[in-house]
Amino acid sequence: MQKTITIQVKRYIPEKQPTPFYQDYEVPLETKWGVLDALTYIKDELDGTLAFRWSCHMGVCGSCGMMVNGQPALTCATFLEEYLPGPICIEPLDHFPVIRDLVIDTDAFMGKLKYVKPWLIPAEERSVDDGENRQTPAELAAFKQYTLCINCLLCYSACPVVGLNEDFLGPAAIALAQRYNYDSRDAGQTQRHDVLLDHGGAFDCTLIGECSRACPKHVDPTGAIQRYKADGAMEFWKRLLLPRGAAKR
Amino acid sequence: MSKSRNNDPFWWSFFGAGGVFSSFFVPIHILLLGLALPLGWVLWPEHGDLLALARNPLARIYLFLLIALSLFHAAHRIRFTLHDLLLAKSIDTPAAFVCYGGAIVGTLCAAMTVWTL
Ligand code: FES
Repeated sequence: MQKTITIQVKRYIPEKQPTPFYQDYEVPLETKWGVLDALTYIKDELDGTLAFRWSCHMGVCGSCGMMVNGQPALTCATFLEEYLPGPICIEPLDHFPVIRDLVIDTDAFMGKLKYVKPWLIPAEERSVDDGENRQTPAELAAFKQYTLCINCLLCYSACPVVGLNEDFLGPAAIALAQRYNYDSRDAGQTQRHDVLLDHGGAFDCTLIGECSRACPKHVDPTGAIQRYKADGAMEFWKRLLLPRGAAKR
Repeated sequence: MSKSRNNDPFWWSFFGAGGVFSSFFVPIHILLLGLALPLGWVLWPEHGDLLALARNPLARIYLFLLIALSLFHAAHRIRFTLHDLLLAKSIDTPAAFVCYGGAIVGTLCAAMTVWTL
C-alpha cells in the first residue's frame, strides 16, 4: 500500500528569486484528503513559506482554484486518490499574473466584472415602502443557473480566448451579465449591451466550450454566451437600422 | 476597449443564419444527391425538368440563400478555428479579410449563376 504521495508545487517568491521554480514535497496519503488538505499539511508541517488561498473548504467560496496536473480545479474538491500513484503537479491558475506561489492577481477580473454591471438596475427606483419585489418561480428559473457562479475563475484558466486576448470580458463576467439580463426585476439590458456588443465582449468568444467543462457549479457559461450572441445580434441590427433613440428602449 | 464599432455581431448574424439554414437543408441535398439518386432509390429526373424547377423564382431565392449563407457560416467558423488553432491574435485580421472576402466573392458568383440559370 502506498503511504505517501509526491506533491510538486510551482513556487514563485519574487523577493528571493525572479523566476518560478518547482519544489517537491512528500505528503501522507490519507484517505479522503483533498489536494487542499495536502497543501495545508505542507504549510503546517513541512514548509511554512508556501502561499495559497482557501477559505470554505467546501466548494463554495471559490478561492482555492489552481491547476492540478494541468487542469483548472477547485483543490478542496479534488482528491489525492484520483491521481495515484502521483506525483501531483500544482500550479497557479493559468492566464493570471502570479503574486506569490499559488496566489494569483484577480484585479483585472474584478475590473471586468464591474463593466458588465452585475447588479439589479430597476426601471424605476423603489423604496422599502414599495414592499417586496416579487417573482414567480418561472421568473426565478429563467436566471437561477447563472446565480450559482462562485467566481472561482477556473473558466478563465480553461478559456484559450482569455489567454490570447486580455481585453476579453471572459466567461464568468458574461454569464453574470446574463444573470441580471434575464432577471424580471432588471431593466439594465441596454446598458449591458454597450459593453457586451463591443470589442472584448461576447462576440470575441469562439465557442470552444472549455469554460463549461471546467465550471464546478454547472453554470454553463458557454450557453450563456451563445444566448447572448443571439440577443446581441438582434440589438446590433436594431441600433444599425432604427433611428437613434428608437433602438434604446 | 477601442472606439471603433465592433463588427463581429454583423458577421455573426450571417454565421448564425447560415448555421440554421444549412443544418436544416444541406442534409436533404446530401441525402438526395449523394445517396438516393446514385443508389437508385429514386429515378434520375430529366435535365430539362430540373432546370425548370431551378428557374422557379422561389427556387432561385432558395438556392442563393443556401449557398451564400453556408459560405458565411463557413467563413466565420474557419476564421475562429484559425485563431484558436494557431493561438495567434495577429492572424485574426488577415484571416477575417480572406474568409469573409472569399464568402463575398462566392456570394456574388452564386447570385450571378442563380440569376442567369
Ligand atoms: S476552499 Fe472554498 S471553494 Fe475550495
